[in-house]
Amino acid sequence: MSASPSLQFDALFGDYPLDRAFDEMREPGGEVRAPYRAMAETLSRLPHEELQRRKQSADLSFLNQGITFTVYGHDEGTEKIFPYDLLPRLITSQEWSKIERGLTQRVTALNHFLQDIYSDAKILNEQVVPRELVYSCRHYRRQMRGLQVPRNVYITVVGSDLLRMPDGEFVVLEDNLRVPSGVSYMLANRRVMKRTFPHLFHSYGVRPIEQYPQLLLATLRSLAPEGRPEPNIVLLTPGVFNSAYFEHTYLARQMGIDLVEGRDLVTHDNFVYTRTTDGLKRVDVIYRRVDDDFSDPLVFRPDSILGCAGLFNAYRAGNVTVTNAFGTGLADDKALYAYVPRIIRYYLNEDPILPNVETYLLTEEKERRHVLANLDKLVVKAVGESGGYGMLIGPHASAAKREEFAQQIQANPRNYIAQPTLSFSRAPCLIGDRLVPRHVDLRPYILFGDKVNIVPGGLTRVALDKGSLVVNSSQGGGSKDTWVLQQ
Amino acid sequence: MLSRVADSLYWMSRYLERAENTVRQLDVTSSLMLDPGGASAEIRWQRLVASLGNPPGLNWQGDFDSMAHKLVFDDENHACVTSSIDLARENARQVREEISSEQWQRLNRLYHQIHAPEAETQFTANPSDFLSSIIDGIHLFKGVTDTTMIHGQGWQFIRMGRYLERCYSTATLLEVFQPELLGLPEREHSGYQYLEQVGLLRCCTAFEAYCQVYTADIAPERILEFLLLNSDFPHSIRYCVDSALDALESIQRASARRPSDELRSAIGRLHAMLGFTTVGEIIEGGSASFLHRIREQCMTIHEILYRYYVQYSIQSALTA
Repeated sequence: MSASPSLQFDALFGDYPLDRAFDEMREPGGEVRAPYRAMAETLSRLPHEELQRRKQSADLSFLNQGITFTVYGHDEGTEKIFPYDLLPRLITSQEWSKIERGLTQRVTALNHFLQDIYSDAKILNEQVVPRELVYSCRHYRRQMRGLQVPRNVYITVVGSDLLRMPDGEFVVLEDNLRVPSGVSYMLANRRVMKRTFPHLFHSYGVRPIEQYPQLLLATLRSLAPEGRPEPNIVLLTPGVFNSAYFEHTYLARQMGIDLVEGRDLVTHDNFVYTRTTDGLKRVDVIYRRVDDDFSDPLVFRPDSILGCAGLFNAYRAGNVTVTNAFGTGLADDKALYAYVPRIIRYYLNEDPILPNVETYLLTEEKERRHVLANLDKLVVKAVGESGGYGMLIGPHASAAKREEFAQQIQANPRNYIAQPTLSFSRAPCLIGDRLVPRHVDLRPYILFGDKVNIVPGGLTRVALDKGSLVVNSSQGGGSKDTWVLQQ
Repeated sequence: MLSRVADSLYWMSRYLERAENTVRQLDVTSSLMLDPGGASAEIRWQRLVASLGNPPGLNWQGDFDSMAHKLVFDDENHACVTSSIDLARENARQVREEISSEQWQRLNRLYHQIHAPEAETQFTANPSDFLSSIIDGIHLFKGVTDTTMIHGQGWQFIRMGRYLERCYSTATLLEVFQPELLGLPEREHSGYQYLEQVGLLRCCTAFEAYCQVYTADIAPERILEFLLLNSDFPHSIRYCVDSALDALESIQRASARRPSDELRSAIGRLHAMLGFTTVGEIIEGGSASFLHRIREQCMTIHEILYRYYVQYSIQSALTA
């Protein structure tokens, strides 16, 4: 005799705490939310061993595909399997449509902002955004002043991180406008989930995301220099030791374009070429996965060997499109983030559809005093860092660590911002043989070429450690497949 | 294709061929050790190391088994099997977008097999089984390469690497063995001599093929003729050179670039050396120097290949 469904269900959900944070699957009262009912039913009907078997077969699939990332600070080049969770995260079509509109609005405004800053800087002249905040940003590139970029598109690939707050609404935590990564995990998750829960997937009517590489290719193609109907598009990677190298190879293969390293590129007379067995071949579009600093030793960091000398001049001459453009990191600076709602209103004359998280600017005397007095309640972030590095989570940090941050803030207030410790949503994860709630965020990927395109879904990142608020893969985070429903 | 990619594919292939050759020679040598009365363990070891091109760090230390273990697993040593497989995988990892997923998975499995915690005990328990399973893994990779990869330039560079490496290592092997084959006065047929000669053929997986051509009548000149001049056997030097020439022609046919005369003539010269001669003439003219010339020619071809396709000067490419 097998256990009855409800018993199975109880066994799975056994000890599942619900509190103020929004739970993706369950109402505050404990009942399962409407979209998740079919999933809960499927789970409760699956014998325990069957669930474990599916988990193992999914594990194996990730392993064999070699879906790995590299962790810095360990032995150089250590590959790890990217952790993932078996249960998909659901987003209804209504929720998605708001996210889509909100992100389109946001990205459009940020692109206007970059264009303005690198030309007339009206927004500074009208004092909507403080001038010193822009010119003190270490991602501001004076070399971009007055440079015409193709179609005026600065940010071609964007990954914005969203959180769901206790009231069920999404807010934007940050934008990644430089070289956002993770999209290959989104695609790999989907592939594995389709094999793991084929019937469930089918019955839910999930909107497809598999077209992403093709959309990306079309976006890159739309940015090719004039008079190049068959552009040669390449993906520039820092090389095998980069943490996202797997993703670079994956995308290059999926798009059918060359994956190049700096040493494959040559410039001559302001044209960029790849060194091929057939001789030199002109490059028209570079999808750049190398940071500004390392892209061209003649213009940026002179000690870098990852980029290509002369690349920037060829770019300036309009002979090659490099995307994302240089200097876009300015607009995802965590201090400028506080001004994004104002930026949206300024350029689009619209109210932001997706709100920001409340942010304290430590350059403001009053806010700084408040933050220093409340370090144990706040989250402090270094403005120029990403990937969960350079971050203090007040409530979880030791007194010594807080003191260290307090000193750093006083020494260099421009380098930090503070935000309240957010109570963002949790979703059930299968850990061992139990469902337990873990914090999740959502990173949709936005493509911007001749128009804005967002594939329905994104990477749901999970803080796999109990109680943890950090979802970055470099800090022990994992991921889930994200199902955006047609209905 | 990108020069760097071509170079990585070429080296991936060369390193795997090298690993296979090392494994097979080690396997044959250890099975020859089972019959006492032939050469001593030390002499066999030295001959083995010489046939591998005398890599440093493999000096005889008194015990064949521990030397064999070193040759397979000593990561510090460039010539050992694990480091060849590591380098092959590392080259493949850098061009993952160019090879098929099946190829990558196959190579990855081979890598994990030889690095598994139990690998060393498996080897100690039964060296021959372990070595065969490594060769199986390499053969599977080659099979998957031929059936899943597009037969374009990349595949031709893989072939180029494989045949140049094989040509070079077979020439080295024959050069080491040729005093024993030809230098000694005709002795009465001793069983040991027979075993040694069969061992030489086995090093090139050539014993059965030899028998098909010449019957089991093993004679030194015929061995030399077979391994040097047979045009149908995949491990003979002539076959390797024909295949390398064929790969080069395919690479050049697919390319808009003017073919390199220097490269064509280097391979063509080697081709002619083997195509228009007999084993009698080779022995008469000195087989040692003939084999030595083959090796030198292989190195020249490698050098031109690298200079022409990978590390060419930008000036030369712009004027071409």
